[in-house]
Amino acid sequence: MTEIASTSAPYAPSTATARMLWLVAPVLALAAALAALSFGAYPVPVWEVMHFLLAYAGLAAMEPDRYALLYNLIVEIRLPRVLAAILVGAALSVSGASYQALFRNPLVSPGLLGVLAGASAGAAIGILLDGNWFLVQAGAFLMGLAAVGIGVGIAHLFGGGSIIMLILGGILSGALFSTLLTVMKYLADPYSQLPSIVYWLMGSLGQANIDDMAWAAVPMLLGILLLCFMGRALDALAMGDDEARALGVPVKTVRLVTIATATLISALTVSIAGMIGWIGLIVPHIARLLMGPGNSRLLPAAACLGAAFLLIADSFARNFFSTELPIGIVTELLGIPVFLFVLSRVRRGWT
Amino acid sequence: MILAAHDIRFGYQRRPVLTGASLELDAGELVCLLGINGAGKSTLLRIMLGLQRPEHGLVTLDGAPLTNWSRRQLAQLVAYVPQVHIAPFPYTVAQVALLGRLPANGLFRAPGSADLDCVHGVLAQLGIAHLAKRVYTEVSGGERQLTLIARALAQEAQLLVMDEPLAGLDYGNQIRLLDRLERLAADGYGVLMTTHDPNQPLSGCQRVALLIDGSVAAQGAPAEVLTPAAIYRLYGVSVDLLRTADGREIAFRPVATAQ
Repeated sequence: MTEIASTSAPYAPSTATARMLWLVAPVLALAAALAALSFGAYPVPVWEVMHFLLAYAGLAAMEPDRYALLYNLIVEIRLPRVLAAILVGAALSVSGASYQALFRNPLVSPGLLGVLAGASAGAAIGILLDGNWFLVQAGAFLMGLAAVGIGVGIAHLFGGGSIIMLILGGILSGALFSTLLTVMKYLADPYSQLPSIVYWLMGSLGQANIDDMAWAAVPMLLGILLLCFMGRALDALAMGDDEARALGVPVKTVRLVTIATATLISALTVSIAGMIGWIGLIVPHIARLLMGPGNSRLLPAAACLGAAFLLIADSFARNFFSTELPIGIVTELLGIPVFLFVLSRVRRGWT
Repeated sequence: MILAAHDIRFGYQRRPVLTGASLELDAGELVCLLGINGAGKSTLLRIMLGLQRPEHGLVTLDGAPLTNWSRRQLAQLVAYVPQVHIAPFPYTVAQVALLGRLPANGLFRAPGSADLDCVHGVLAQLGIAHLAKRVYTEVSGGERQLTLIARALAQEAQLLVMDEPLAGLDYGNQIRLLDRLERLAADGYGVLMTTHDPNQPLSGCQRVALLIDGSVAAQGAPAEVLTPAAIYRLYGVSVDLLRTADGREIAFRPVATAQ
């Protein structure tokens, strides 16, 4: 009996410490969201933000003038941006973590199959055509999907959809759309359109308005949830196709659903915020350090940590300099030291 | 419960590998499949597991074609133990073994305490309960192989199909693992394994099958099948069969070639 008691811990994630670990990521995300709502050119103390949110929900009273001011500041100005950061951060991190499991490679990010290259080319075409914001978003979204479709198509035409052919297909399709982007840059008016393309490629959460967000939020949330439910299937896939099949997992279906969902939500992040690098690569590693490699726990944790990471990065982008920095630059600047730290911790698990 | 392959033909890009191979695995027996490199041993196993469709021929489980079984049903009856590999992520030994509960639970139900008890039981049965919390990528090759076998046992499948379970293990681990496999067969499991060492099936296994030129050229009790002539036919080398004083066959040794 003593032996059972001493070895049962790894099977039972319901021990007190494991339950606490489970809370770390959501609590961090919540704290980062509150902080993001309170920081800014007009700082509001965190307790007042909470008071306002209670009043907003009808659970507390607040002086009408102050309420009106905070409503404008928090709900109309900061909330769309905070929601954008949460959705984009969570979507990129969950896609990255799913891709890492699917391709059995911890160095993979959501851009592997060409979604980001396609989206950039699409946005550039949108800017060249007339620069209308909706056209840019739609172009980014559709060409992101098209790029992955081409990559996956190549893999299935020439290699039966094996992992290595998917990666090669993604490289080819990514190269095609990168070239297309270069062509668009070359054709662009160097005084007006070219800077727009360059700034767009650096990413920004400031463009998000609540109406754009509304149509993107539903599919993104559903996609994030769906990927979180794929955790156990992805664990089996991480062992290899044959083994997953022998464990009763419908490998092709799981792979297609995962790629389609991750591509869809990544393309939506690009249309909301442009290119934001690094998050999809590093946040899954942080989540793995925290929760272990089991994807049914890792994926939800990655979603929360991704939201927190992007909220923190956006707070940096908004508050640390006199003008706002593009968020893509900040995630890269923050990403490099974080990744170095993570590398020093996780390497033992790699071989 | 019999897993049977009937007259399997299969080739890679017009190069025929299997040209009418038939093989059966029944519960309670340890079957060793011998063949040279590239003979198609792994291919035959993959076809018997339903991982590869044969060009011709039929695999049946309990009399019904494999295609009549769903993947999940199949996984609860036949388990696959692959060659030892390195997982890309640092799963613990317990987590790897717990994957064996997938067929019973489906993809969307979290494993419960009964599943955890089951996994603990098989780890203890294989003598690796103390490794449960260790990272799978950091334990030894023999321990990794036992972990994969634990996963197969956690599937509660009665038939186990193993691709070279002894490959890459040191001598001591080979002997210990064989001992485990013999005990599994004694406990009622059916074990089909491929091997490269003709000495190993001389004792302990119930049946030996020789895969030569794409078909099972001989199969039966080790004493009948494993003769120096068969070894010459299989590998093209001349050997003597050594026996103990009381006539038990114990090992093949190369014949010293005349200078």
